[in-house]
Amino acid sequence: MGYIIEMLNITKDFPGIRANDNVTLQVEERSIHALLGENGAGKSTLMSILFGLYKAEQGSIRIRGKEVSIEDPNVATSLGIGMVHQHFKLVQNFTVTENIILGSEPRKGILLDTKSAEKKVESISKLYGLAVDPRAKIEDISVGMQQRVEILKMLYRDAEILIFDEPTAVLTPQEIHELMQIMRRLVEEGKTIVLITHKLKEIKAVADRCTVLRRGRCVGTVPVSSTTEEQMAEMMVGREVNFHVGKGTAVPKDVLLRISDLDVKNSKGLLGVKKLSLEVRAGEILGLCGIDGNGQTELIQAITGLAKAEAGHIFLRDKEITNLPIKERLDLGLGHIPEDRHRHGLVLDFNLDENLVLHNYIQKPFASWGVLNKKAIKDNAVRLIEEFDVRSGQGAATPARSMSGGNQQKAIVAREIDRSPDVFIVAQPTRGLDVGAIEYIHKRIVAERDKGKAILLASLELDEIMDVSDRIAVMHGGEIVGIVQAEQTDENELGLMMSGSVRKTPMGDQA
Amino acid sequence: MTKRGEKILLPLIAVLLGFILGSLIVIATGRSPAAMFAAMIKGFSGLDIINDVPWNTRYIGEFVINAMPIILTGLAFAFASRTGLFSIGAEGQLMVGSLAATTVALLVQAPRFIHLPLVLLASIAAGALWGAVPGFLKAKFNVHEVTVSIMMNYIALHLNNFVILNIFGSQDRVKTAFFPETALLKSPFLQSITRGSRLNWGFIPVILALIIFSFIINKTTFGYSLRAVGYNKDASRYAGMKVNRNIILSMMIAGAFAGLAGSVITVGTFNFGRAMSAAEGYGFDGIAVALVGGNEASGIFFAGMLFGMLKSAQPLMQSQGIPREIAGIIQASIVLFVAMQYGIKMLLDRFKKKQAVSADGERA
Repeated sequence: MGYIIEMLNITKDFPGIRANDNVTLQVEERSIHALLGENGAGKSTLMSILFGLYKAEQGSIRIRGKEVSIEDPNVATSLGIGMVHQHFKLVQNFTVTENIILGSEPRKGILLDTKSAEKKVESISKLYGLAVDPRAKIEDISVGMQQRVEILKMLYRDAEILIFDEPTAVLTPQEIHELMQIMRRLVEEGKTIVLITHKLKEIKAVADRCTVLRRGRCVGTVPVSSTTEEQMAEMMVGREVNFHVGKGTAVPKDVLLRISDLDVKNSKGLLGVKKLSLEVRAGEILGLCGIDGNGQTELIQAITGLAKAEAGHIFLRDKEITNLPIKERLDLGLGHIPEDRHRHGLVLDFNLDENLVLHNYIQKPFASWGVLNKKAIKDNAVRLIEEFDVRSGQGAATPARSMSGGNQQKAIVAREIDRSPDVFIVAQPTRGLDVGAIEYIHKRIVAERDKGKAILLASLELDEIMDVSDRIAVMHGGEIVGIVQAEQTDENELGLMMSGSVRKTPMGDQA
Repeated sequence: MTKRGEKILLPLIAVLLGFILGSLIVIATGRSPAAMFAAMIKGFSGLDIINDVPWNTRYIGEFVINAMPIILTGLAFAFASRTGLFSIGAEGQLMVGSLAATTVALLVQAPRFIHLPLVLLASIAAGALWGAVPGFLKAKFNVHEVTVSIMMNYIALHLNNFVILNIFGSQDRVKTAFFPETALLKSPFLQSITRGSRLNWGFIPVILALIIFSFIINKTTFGYSLRAVGYNKDASRYAGMKVNRNIILSMMIAGAFAGLAGSVITVGTFNFGRAMSAAEGYGFDGIAVALVGGNEASGIFFAGMLFGMLKSAQPLMQSQGIPREIAGIIQASIVLFVAMQYGIKMLLDRFKKKQAVSADGERA
C-alpha cells in the first residue's frame, strides 16, 4: 500500500513563531492516521496547509505520488481532500440535502433539482451506515447527526481523503462510539482518514498509525497497535505523565451554595435552565457534566451574575445572591473561572500584571485613594507567575494577547485561586491545555477543596469530571437528570444520562 | 522593535509621508515646495527664512491659539475612545460649552478670580451634560453613541444660535455684547510679548487638561476600569465593574474636555458670544488629532500643535501663491497614513526581513 498523502519537510512561520518546523507526514491509503499533539503543537496549521488555507514557506506536498501545489480549498476539494471542521458550517433552517448541495446545486433546466440530490444523499448515507434523513432540518437533528451531515457533504463531493478536526469534542460517549464505527466503515469503503486529536483513548480505539507533533516539530510516527497510551503521552508532552488525580476522600461539611427552582433564559430567549435545584457543600467538588448546550453555561452565568435569573433562588451560605450585582457576589466569596477565557477571563490588550488584578485593582495594596500602585500590581504578578508557573515572554509586562492559550488559562486560574473564594465556580478549566498544565490545575482545585471550599466544576471532558469530582450532577435539557457519586459511576452511565435516556434520582440527603 | 518605539515611529512616518505628498502636489501646481515649508516655519515660529524681515513673535501666539481647542477636542475624542466609544459629539459639546461660557460671562458680575473660573466651570459642566445624553442612551437602551452625538451636534448649534440671537439680543445678528474684562482669559502681558496676538491664559487649562487626562487614564483605578471596559466589556462585567456607569462617566468627561474648548475660544480668542451658520470643525479636527496622537496625552499634544501649525500656515501659503488647500490636503493625508499604519508596519517588517536575509546571505 502506497502513501496517498505525503507532506515533506513542511515549514510554516507566523509572526514571531514557527508553527511547523520541518514536519513530514506520510499517510497510507485506506488507513486512519492520527495527528496527535497539544494545543499549539501545529496540528491545525499542518492540516490547513494541506487544505489550502495556508501556504507553507518550505516543503512539498504529494498526493497519490504526484507533487501538487494547493493554492486554495477549491484545489484541495478537486484533489479529493475534505475537512470536517470542529465547528460545523451548516445553515440551521435548511434541510440536510440543501446543506449538502450548497455551492454545487444540481439543476434541471433553471430549476433546482433537489429530488435527485436527495436520492444521492440517501444512497451515500446508506452505503456508509450514516442513517441520516436527507429531508430533516438541521435545527431539528442532534449534534452527532449534524456532524454526519458534514461527513456526507464531503462524500457527496467525492472526497477520498477526510480530515477530522477534533471531531469528538462535542459528542456524547455513545456518539463517539458510533463515530468510530463510521470511520472504520469509511476506511473499508476505500477512504483515507486523518484524525486530529489530543485524546489518546480515541487514537488507541480507531487509528492505525499516529504522528506526534510537539512545538511545531515532528516527534515521530508510530504504529498505534504496538504503542501504549503512556508512550504516546510521553511523546506528546516530552516527559512522563501522571493521568490520575491523587486525592483523598472528600469530607463535605455545610452547604455553601444552594440553588432552588432556578429558571434562566438562554440566548434564544427560551428557558435554558428549568426549575433547577442543586447544593454544593464545603469540602467537596461537584462535577457538572452534560452535552454542550444543555444549560450548563446558563446555570453558571446565573450563579455568577452574568445572566439574569428568571425565577428561583441562589444562596451563598445563608445570603441570597440571586439578584445581587456581580461585585457584591465576588465580595461575598464567590470565585469564577469562566469557560470563555477570551471573552470573560482576560482583557487581552492589557498586560499580564493588569489582568492579574482584574477583580482587586481597587483594593489595597493595588490602589489607595483611587490611584493605582503599579509596583504592588507588578509584585503581585511576579509572585503569581512564579507560583503558578505562568510562562510569558516579558514577565509581568507581557501583553495577554501574545501569550499561549495554556498560559492565559494558567493566569486566570492563578488569579482566581489566589483570591481563595469560598464558593468556586470552575468552568472548562483545562480546555485546550497541555497534559502537564492539566495535572497542575487539577491538583490546585483539589487543594482548594481540601481547604474546605465548595467547588462546582463544569466540564465537557468526561475524564476530567470523573477524575476530579466527588459527586457528579448530569444536566440534560436544562435540568439535572441525575446526581451520582463519582466512584460509583462510569462513562456509560453518565453518557446515557447526558443524552437524556436515563434519569437517576439524586442520592444522599437530597430527597 | 518595541511596541512603544513603534507607537512613536509610525505616526512620524505618517507625518513625513503627508509632507512628501503635499510637496509633490505643490510641485505639480508649478510652485516651489521650499516656499511651502518656509510658510510653515513662519507659521509656528514667526521666523522668515526667505525674506529678510525681522522675527515676528505674533505668529507664535496665533499658532498656539489654533492648537489649543483642537488639543482639547482631541482629548475629548480620545477619552471616549479609550472606553471603547466612538464619540463624534465634541463639536456640539464645544458649542454648548461656548454658550454656557457666554451666559455666565454676560450674566454674572464678580471679580475676575471668581468670574473667570465660573465661566470655565460652566463650559465644562455644559459639555459634560451634553456628553451624558449619548452616554446615558448607550448605557440604558444601547442606542449607538455616533447617532446620538451627531444629533446632539445639531441641537447644540441651533440652541446656541437661538439663545444668542433671541435672548442676548445681538445687534448685528451674529454676536452678543462684549464680555466684561473679568470673564476673559485675556493677558496684556502675553499679548505684548507676542506683538499683539490673541494669545491668552487659555493654554493653562489646556495643559491642566492634558495632565488630568493622562493621570485619570494611566494612574487611577477609574482609568483602569475605563480602559478595561474599552478593551473588553464582557471581562469587565465578569470582574464586577459597573460597565454602564463607566460608559456614562466616560462620555461626560469627554464632553467636559470639549466644553472647556468652547470657553477657551469664546472668552480667550474672542470676547463675545457668536451665532454660527455651521459648526467650525474643531470637533472633527479633534478626531484627527486623537487619531494621529494615538489616544495618548503626549501624542495629542504634538498632533494638536502640528495641526495648529498647518492651520496657521494656510494664509501664509496663500500669500506665497500656494493654494491654502494644500495644508488641508497634508492634514488629511497624515490622517490617512496614520489610519494605514498597519500597512506601513507590514512594509517596515518586510523591509527589515529583507535586510536580515541579505545580511545572512553575506555571512554565508
